[in-house]
Amino acid sequence: MSNILEIKNLSVNFGGIKAVNDISMAVEEGKIVTLIGANGAGKSTVLRSISGIVKPQSGEILLNGQNILGLSPDAIVSRGVTLVPEGRRVFPNLTVQENLKIGAYLRKDKLDADLEYVYSLFPRLKERHWQLAGTLSGGEQQMLAVGRALMSKPKLVMMDEPSLGLAPLVVKSIFEIIETINGEGITVLLIEQNANMALRIADTAYVLETGAITMAGTGAELLANDTIKEAYLGKSK
Amino acid sequence: MDYILAGISVGGQYALIAIGYTMVYGILRLINFAHGDVFMVAGLIMIYATTAMPLYLSIPLVLIITVLVGFTIERVAYKPLRTAPRMSVMISAIGVSYMLQNVALYITGGLAKTYPAIPFLSDTVTIFGATTKWVTVITPVLTIILIIALVLLIRFTKIGIAMRAVSKDFETSQLMGVKINRVISVTFIIGSLLAAVGSILYFANYPSVVPTSGAMPGLKSFVAAVFGGIGSIPGAVIGAFIIGICENLIRSLSIGGVSLTPFSDAFTFALLIVILCVRPSGLFGEKTIDKV
Repeated sequence: MSNILEIKNLSVNFGGIKAVNDISMAVEEGKIVTLIGANGAGKSTVLRSISGIVKPQSGEILLNGQNILGLSPDAIVSRGVTLVPEGRRVFPNLTVQENLKIGAYLRKDKLDADLEYVYSLFPRLKERHWQLAGTLSGGEQQMLAVGRALMSKPKLVMMDEPSLGLAPLVVKSIFEIIETINGEGITVLLIEQNANMALRIADTAYVLETGAITMAGTGAELLANDTIKEAYLGKSK
Repeated sequence: MDYILAGISVGGQYALIAIGYTMVYGILRLINFAHGDVFMVAGLIMIYATTAMPLYLSIPLVLIITVLVGFTIERVAYKPLRTAPRMSVMISAIGVSYMLQNVALYITGGLAKTYPAIPFLSDTVTIFGATTKWVTVITPVLTIILIIALVLLIRFTKIGIAMRAVSKDFETSQLMGVKINRVISVTFIIGSLLAAVGSILYFANYPSVVPTSGAMPGLKSFVAAVFGGIGSIPGAVIGAFIIGICENLIRSLSIGGVSLTPFSDAFTFALLIVILCVRPSGLFGEKTIDKV
């Protein structure tokens, strides 16, 4: 299988501080790839660089072999890469359905089939399609954020901490959805503090520490790794 | 009766200007001080246009040029400051305001330019026993039609959804593929278009335009927008009608034989102070909930 996304020697500075320092990683098409690491390790910065929100200092971000670094966020969305941002960030003043429609902002074709598809993944959203998104619970907002991202018909979905602040049962269903959409051929790049859950579903995993990648392997390998167990999974040796 | 009619009419004109303030604030959190001067510029363009061409050409021309002026101001004076602190953009807005006044002063030579008579606006009509100009009747009707059109646009079109999204969250809107600058430009275009319509209606009641003609109606419309809760379109419209009607009612009153006419402006601002003391976010203002 080929790599849908490749990052080469990416560095991002914020006012002289290196948030991401010379990292390289690859996302294989059709797989779930996860990037785990502590708070402030630079995980979000990597995703935001791919989305075009953050401008990196140096490096390359290749989407199917083409450098997308420096493109505007809308150009990147139109190439099939979408981000589910940290903290969900649904538009509270828009209805559920309007939130989904704005996810498809760049598309010009009919949306009915895609709305039905998202509603079939998340029946809760269908029940509440007329409600303002600000009135949804945290879990429902996360479903909406994922559904909204799917509306752009992405090839690669990136998710920034989808489990943040959600009850364990809701987290479980969010992870099930991640596996479902991956099963339909969408590549997923997931960043998580909940390393346990993330590594269980990941085909490939990278560990990011203070802006640098310190470890890589399959999800199962890292789950079994002693250092990882101690640092991220809360288990002693 | 005359006063109430006049008040409704002036209120409609303020409403058309106030929408420009409130929409720009809703999206950029910027008080566009140049907006009143764009309104004045529309008046001057009308004067020069009518000397060269018939009304059915000059009115569309005024609308088009005013929209271009509003669009250009945003691109030249505000867009480069998108990531700058809000105060810098505000100072830029004040600068544009003075620049427009000075350019107008230069072009007109400081002389009051006579506003053309527009037949279907300036002719008189008698309704409810009150004799008035047609513009008094047309203004509220036209204002309401334009506002309904605007509300439909914001409620149901793609750009309307994008405007509401951008007003809440720039970054996430970008992640959805929304081109922020385009949405902001559309906002300025709508605001300037409504100000141009307001300008034609407003100046039809006045003999002439001077470079500072935009200041007072601009300020009062701004007050109306704050009064109604800045950022809210219905708020701006209702605020504008209340201010227009109150201001004209005051003119009709007198205490002990002393007419209150000179105090009508003072009243407008006194009203603002009282409202802001009681309801700091205005009549329909969004409650400020700080995000954690």
